[in-house]
Amino acid sequence: MLIQLNGEPRPLEGDSTLTNLVESLGLTGRRIAIEVNEEIVPRSQHGQMRLNDGDRVEIVHAIGGG
Amino acid sequence: MSQLIQDTPLIVAGRPFASRLLVGTGKYRDFDETVAAIEASGADVVTFAVRRTNLGQNPDEPNLLDAIPPSRYTLLPNTAGCYTAKDAVRTCKLARELLDGHNLVKLEVLGDEKTLYPNVVETLAAAETLVNDGFDVMVYTSDDPIVAKELEKRGCCAVMPLGSLIGSGNGLLNPATLALILEHAEVPVLVDAGIGTASDAALAMEMGCDGVLMNSAIAHARHPVMMANAMRKAIEAGREAFLAERMPRRQSASPSSPFAGRINA
Repeated sequence: MLIQLNGEPRPLEGDSTLTNLVESLGLTGRRIAIEVNEEIVPRSQHGQMRLNDGDRVEIVHAIGGG
Repeated sequence: MSQLIQDTPLIVAGRPFASRLLVGTGKYRDFDETVAAIEASGADVVTFAVRRTNLGQNPDEPNLLDAIPPSRYTLLPNTAGCYTAKDAVRTCKLARELLDGHNLVKLEVLGDEKTLYPNVVETLAAAETLVNDGFDVMVYTSDDPIVAKELEKRGCCAVMPLGSLIGSGNGLLNPATLALILEHAEVPVLVDAGIGTASDAALAMEMGCDGVLMNSAIAHARHPVMMANAMRKAIEAGREAFLAERMPRRQSASPSSPFAGRINA
């Protein structure tokens, strides 16, 4: 299946949860926040959150700004 | 020293802050410089932006929240770069998740890329949505006293009019409208944007502003850490001058030395 990850198309193999995606990106334990289809998915629910074809996923972090 | 008036802390949404200088984290050379400047500024509240994580890059790259830990500072996520109420609300929700439920945010919704002037229509809409969703909203806005009051009515916990355009360093271009906002506000008023140098910050505080938020004035000084230190002193000096209540202005001179006893009398 194909998801939109931070605005770019990204193919995923088979069944995947948000936790699997975060692991595959090497972001486990990082200070990030995630929304799927414009809804926040709390950290505690990443393991249950199954991704579906066409999902729009945003992964954000803090950067310098004023 | 007994005549010093004991100042009260700046209180925003029930949170007390010893420093009335709030600072940003953008435009610094690196995290070391960011940390040193923030330390020198004495700021308690530090604002940052929320952006897409760079994927496929070094996963060990340093993170701003490690350099500026939430355990030591009150972090103030901002919605810089948002041009619609919808994007600003999404950004605030992401920030709240990022900071484990911390709900104090700096709302800014911009009108265009050239002026970065606030779009007050979108700002008012976003403020209402965020307040209803439980956020404590410090809001960047124009120096329009009516808009400031409308934002306050929607439950914003601090109103933050621009002194001049973001990143311009032009100081307080319209002190008269700022004075009107201060006269009528019932929530803290902080100048956010436009500060260029220490006297700009001192002037805002002398006028009775509750605080000043700045980024470029420190980060783009040739010596940011020294400027951060200067800003700390300017904020304190301006605040004390406000509390001390300045002398009245007068048209005529008034000698400071007595006339009596002059040797040529």
